[in-house]
Amino acid sequence: MTVLAQPASDTVRTVDLAWRHLARQRRLYSILGFGGLALALVGSLIFADESNAGHFVDRLPHLFDFLSWLIPHDWMDVPRALFDLPTPADNGTLEYNFPDGRVELGAGFYLPEYFYLMLITINVAMVSTIIGFTGGLLLCFLAARNMMPSFLVRSVVRRVMEVLRAFPEIVIAGLFAAVLSIGPVAAIIAVGLHTIGALGKLYFEVIENIDMKPDEGLKAVGANWIERVRFGALPQVMPNFVSYAMLRLEINVRASTIIGAVGGGGIGEELKLSISRGFGPKTIALIALLLTTIIIVDQISAYVRRKLVGDAAFLIHG
Amino acid sequence: MTDMTLTLEQRYPAVFKQSVLKRFAPLIALVAVVLYLFYAVWFFALPSVISGGKWDRLGDYMQQWIAYDINAEYRLDGPTIVGKYPRFSVLGADPHPDWLVPREGGYTIELGGAGQSVTFTKTAATLTNAGQSVDLDLTGAEVRVLTQDLPSWFVVKSGEAIADMGFVGDVRVSPDRVKFRKRAFGWPNFLFDINSPFFGKSAGEVTSLLVSGPDLVPGTSNVALAANNIWFNAQWQHGDVWTKLLQTIVMAFAGTLIGAIVSFPLAFFAARNIMPNKPVNQIIKRLFDFFRSVDMLIWALFFTRAFGPGPLAGIGAIALTETGTLGKLYSEGLENIDDKQREGIASTGAGVITTQRYGVLPQVLPVMISQTLYQWESNTRSASIIGAVGAGGIGLKLWESMRTNSNWSNVFYMVLLILAVVFIFDNISNALRTRLIGKVQH
Repeated sequence: MTVLAQPASDTVRTVDLAWRHLARQRRLYSILGFGGLALALVGSLIFADESNAGHFVDRLPHLFDFLSWLIPHDWMDVPRALFDLPTPADNGTLEYNFPDGRVELGAGFYLPEYFYLMLITINVAMVSTIIGFTGGLLLCFLAARNMMPSFLVRSVVRRVMEVLRAFPEIVIAGLFAAVLSIGPVAAIIAVGLHTIGALGKLYFEVIENIDMKPDEGLKAVGANWIERVRFGALPQVMPNFVSYAMLRLEINVRASTIIGAVGGGGIGEELKLSISRGFGPKTIALIALLLTTIIIVDQISAYVRRKLVGDAAFLIHG
Repeated sequence: MTDMTLTLEQRYPAVFKQSVLKRFAPLIALVAVVLYLFYAVWFFALPSVISGGKWDRLGDYMQQWIAYDINAEYRLDGPTIVGKYPRFSVLGADPHPDWLVPREGGYTIELGGAGQSVTFTKTAATLTNAGQSVDLDLTGAEVRVLTQDLPSWFVVKSGEAIADMGFVGDVRVSPDRVKFRKRAFGWPNFLFDINSPFFGKSAGEVTSLLVSGPDLVPGTSNVALAANNIWFNAQWQHGDVWTKLLQTIVMAFAGTLIGAIVSFPLAFFAARNIMPNKPVNQIIKRLFDFFRSVDMLIWALFFTRAFGPGPLAGIGAIALTETGTLGKLYSEGLENIDDKQREGIASTGAGVITTQRYGVLPQVLPVMISQTLYQWESNTRSASIIGAVGAGGIGLKLWESMRTNSNWSNVFYMVLLILAVVFIFDNISNALRTRLIGKVQH
């Protein structure tokens, strides 16, 4: 800028002025933008603090209170809770009744309760991912511009997907819990329907980006719509589809844990009870199990995705 | 034809001679999935769960989303026939609806017009549905049916005559009373509940009252009174619902923003090209993984214990999860930048901060903002769910309304609000992202 302090000619002076003007304007917009954002954040926090049961400043010193109940007196209680082994601390309360939940397999073998609950949650996630994959696969070709010429069909299918995606899962879970009694099947339906919408959207976007030459070739030899989908589009999109389904599996493990916590059974419900009652060893055992499972599922999914579509699988929503 | 196949096979041997595993991989995967589904059907005991389900409830509850019931009974054992409506009936304490037609010594209640109705006096009743009528004699201790051919919608159970008229409701007649449930489409009292002075007035009447009418409550303008009545509507609880909805929006917004603010500087330390210190990279990356994997639910449960139920818990949970997710995304973005610009700025003798500001930030900021907007969008949806475990917002209210199984129209009202919010925020975030990085990425 010091160089331009004494501009050599009128042209340079004009450019200099215009640049300064632009820079000033940009700075003003940035300041306004950041100021607005900061204001909105402060306003949000004040609003949240006022409508919360406990206030932030009052409760802040108690933030780490959970350590007092979470840290077990005897760290061996954590593996005991995990594997349903009896503990010397057993005083008849729910906190230490580790062997109570064993799922007997016969011949003296048993499946520890938490592993069984984790299995329920994993199964909910897997079944609902399969439902979502199948539903999304069936719907997506009807929603893609290049495969479905009819505007009407396309927009109807897209609206259906949007509603499935945005409809709160807990409402579907609650509705089916009233019909089927509370349990994992209601959770499967809720998570599965949501997955159909979520995967369907990703899938039709993939289809709209395919190479249309195979499709033209098939059209030229007189293939019908189903044959064009099967031999023209499907081979191109399948790796991506499976990759997205694996990504969805990661999300669904978390989603079915949450749905479990609001009454869908599985490990989520047990975790919610354990934390709200302040059972230290049980909570640590549950979190450890959940965390391990999530990491394993994430790793498997990442491996499969890398095999199928390479590093492109790791670009966000790409 | 054979020759052509041969040449093709010779030209592209790889296509025709794949390994067995590769050729049958899709089939194997399909068989595995089908076998797994059989196992899942057994694991969840699906046949017994499905057949044990109370499927009639599904239709019933879904009708209640957009319809309402009026339950009432008319006592026949007093000196005159007296109608009794429940205290919180949507019609108010003493209704005279147009479907209640006075007759000689009794009434006709038209559940679905004259074709689906019950006419009764103190001694006799006639049920009409689907083009057929059933006459009842109420003089004895038990109901006596006078009609010979009984239609399928009519039964007598433990001294009570029951007519199920389908969607419009049902009628139960015994010698001392006529009880009915009338169902109709709509959301009654959506603006004014039965305690409001505006209750039962037509839109025109309300408008004229608002514009020029005398004050209904002295000292308060009619507009303020109407607004107050709507906000504190006891049946629909607009005030509470909208406050909770705002809490959910605030949770998603503040949580995502705090997560972004915290993870932004950390991401620079996690990126190995910017911070060439392996242990620091690894520690911060593992920290991100931890925040992300522990999951929003667990954080929400912990914060609910710490701060008590409410949006603060939700903000905390979203902020911690987002710190992990956005930190990972940001640091991956930083690791993929073009190092030449940074080197160029550094070679002019710029300080560390200046180098990042002019050499790195311009490259990554649009992508970072886009990723943040995307997370904000998805958190708006998650915020309504984690609310149900006590983290505040509309989720909890939704869950409470559902547990009672009686207030499905309120549930549907909240669902519509959530759908609208998700839709609006999706569009805002989409528009902002398109402006930032163009239409290439979705």
